[in-house]
Amino acid sequence: MIPANFDYSAPSTLDEALSLLQEHGDEAKILAGGHSLIPMMKLRFASPAHLIDINNIPDLSSIKEEGDSFHLGAMTRESDVEHSEALTGAFPIFADVTKLIADPQVRNMGTIGGNLAHGDAANDHPAVMMALNASVEITGPEGTRTVGIDEFFFGFYMTAVQPNEILTGISIPKQRGKVGSAYHKAERKVGDYATAGVAVQIATDADGKCTYAGIGLTNVNAVPMRAKRSEEALVGSDLSDELIAQAAMMASEDCNPSADLRGDEEYKRHLVKVITKRMIHKAIQRAK
Amino acid sequence: MTMKKITVKLNGAEHSAEVEPRLLLVHLIRENLNATGTHIGCDTSNCGACTILLNGKSVKSCTVLAVQADGKEITTVEGLATAEGLHPLQEGFKENHGLHCGFCTPGMMLRAVELLENNPNPTEEEIRWGISGNLCRCTGYNNIVKAIQYAGAKIRGDELPSTEPEFV
Ligand SMILES: Cc1cc2nc3c(=O)[nH]c(=O)nc-3n(C[C@H](O)[C@H](O)[C@H](O)COP(=O)(O)OP(=O)(O)OC[C@H]3O[C@@H](n4cnc5c(N)ncnc54)[C@H](O)[C@@H]3O)c2cc1C
Ligand code: FES
Ligand code: FES
Repeated sequence: MIPANFDYSAPSTLDEALSLLQEHGDEAKILAGGHSLIPMMKLRFASPAHLIDINNIPDLSSIKEEGDSFHLGAMTRESDVEHSEALTGAFPIFADVTKLIADPQVRNMGTIGGNLAHGDAANDHPAVMMALNASVEITGPEGTRTVGIDEFFFGFYMTAVQPNEILTGISIPKQRGKVGSAYHKAERKVGDYATAGVAVQIATDADGKCTYAGIGLTNVNAVPMRAKRSEEALVGSDLSDELIAQAAMMASEDCNPSADLRGDEEYKRHLVKVITKRMIHKAIQRAK
Repeated sequence: MTMKKITVKLNGAEHSAEVEPRLLLVHLIRENLNATGTHIGCDTSNCGACTILLNGKSVKSCTVLAVQADGKEITTVEGLATAEGLHPLQEGFKENHGLHCGFCTPGMMLRAVELLENNPNPTEEEIRWGISGNLCRCTGYNNIVKAIQYAGAKIRGDELPSTEPEFV
C-alpha cells in the first residue's frame, strides 16, 4: 500500500514550518513520527496534498525539569520517554505506558506530541496526561498559547490544535506531598490498542489524606475521558479500601464504551472497574 | 507533485536517488537500491519483517518515507557480516536454529542489534519484550531468544551458551 501523491517539505525552523502551514492551509498536515499518519494515508483515510515534516527542527525534542514542572518537547519519541530516568523516576506512569504502546520499533518513531495531536481516544497518552493534569503548548502565527488538557480534545481526531498551528510542547506539573502514578491497559496482544486503560496519579499529605487524584480513561469514550466523579470522591479522603472500590465503580459507570471486536460494553465496564481499583492502589503504593 | 532528490548511506555506501515523496523506505531499499534482504510482510507496521536501522535505531521501513531517510545511515541485513565473518547475531541464529523459513529473520536480527546495544546482557523477559514487534510464524520464538542470548554472550566475550537443541 502506497499513499496518494503529495508534496513534501522538511523545514529546519519552526517559523518556516508555520509559514508553510499558513501557505497551504488545511491541505497540509504535519508529519511527526508518522506512525498514525502514514498508515492512514496508505489506507486513504487521509490524503493531505502537502506534508510538512517537523523532524528536522531542532529544540522540539527534549525532556527538561523546570522548577515545579517537567517540560516535554512535542517531538520527544516514545523511546526517549521510556529511557528517561529523570522522567520515569518522577512519574513511573511513563514507564508503564510506554511499554504498552505498540512495540520498540514504533516507539523509536512515534512522538508524544503526535500521540496527543492525533486526537484518538484509543491512544494511551491522552489518559495519562489527564491523570497528570498536563497542559499543552500550541504555537501559531500569533505566538504560543497554553491549553489545559481538559480543553484539548474536541472529538474524533479533533483537538485544540488549529490547521495553522503546531503542538510544540507539554508541561506536567509536579504535585506536592507524597505522589505516585500508574497506568495499565488490557490489550489482546502487543501492538493492539486498549480494550480499556486507566491512568492514575494520587498525592497525599503528611497525614495520608488525599490532596490530588487524577484519573484518565483510555478507549472507553468517544474522546479521552477524565473520571471526574471518582477523583472527587477520593480527594480529601483517607483513601480507604472501601472508598477506592467505590471510586472504581463510579469510573465504570461514567464511561461510555462501545462494543467492538475487543469486547462488549459490559466487559469493558468491568475492566475499567478492576483496572481503576488496581491502579489507585498501585499509585498509592508507589507514592513517595 | 515534485520529485525529491535524496542521498542515503546504505550499509556504508552512499546512494542518491530522485524519488516521489510517497515512496516508502522499504521500496527504496528493495527496488531502487536492490537490497532485497529486507522483507515486506504485513505492510501495516505490525510484523517487523521490514525492520532496518535508521541512524542506528530499529524502525519499520514500511512506515517511513524514503524522503525521511535523506542524509541518514541505513543498515540492513546485507550490512551485518564483515570480512572477518558473520555478525554474532547471524552466528547465533545459525547455531541455535533461530530460523525455519527465514522470512522474519533479517528484521528479527536488525531489531536484536539495537536491543543488544542498549542492553548487552538482557534477561529472557527483556528479549521477549524487545522483539515483541517482530512476528515469526515458524519457530515459536524459543530458538530466537537463544540465538540472541548467544549473540549477547559472544559480543560481551563471555562463555558461549550450549547450542544443543532442547527436546520437550
Ligand atoms: C502497529 C502500531 C501500534 C500502535 N499502538 C499504539 C498503542 O498501543 N497506543 C498508542 O497510544 N498508540 C499506538 N500507536 C500509534 C503511535 O503511538 C503513533 O506514533 C501516535 O499515535 C502518533 O504519533 P506520531 O508522532 O507518529 O504522529 P504522526 O503519525 O506523524 O501524526 C499523527 C497526527 O497528528 C498530527 N501531528 C503530529 N504531531 C503534531 C504536532 N506536533 N503539531 C500538530 N499536529 C501534529 C499529524 O498531522 C497527524 O494528523 C500504534 C501505531 C502503530 C503503527
Ligand atoms: S512489513 Fe513493515 S511491519 Fe510488516
Ligand atoms: S522463520 Fe519463518 S517466519 Fe520466522
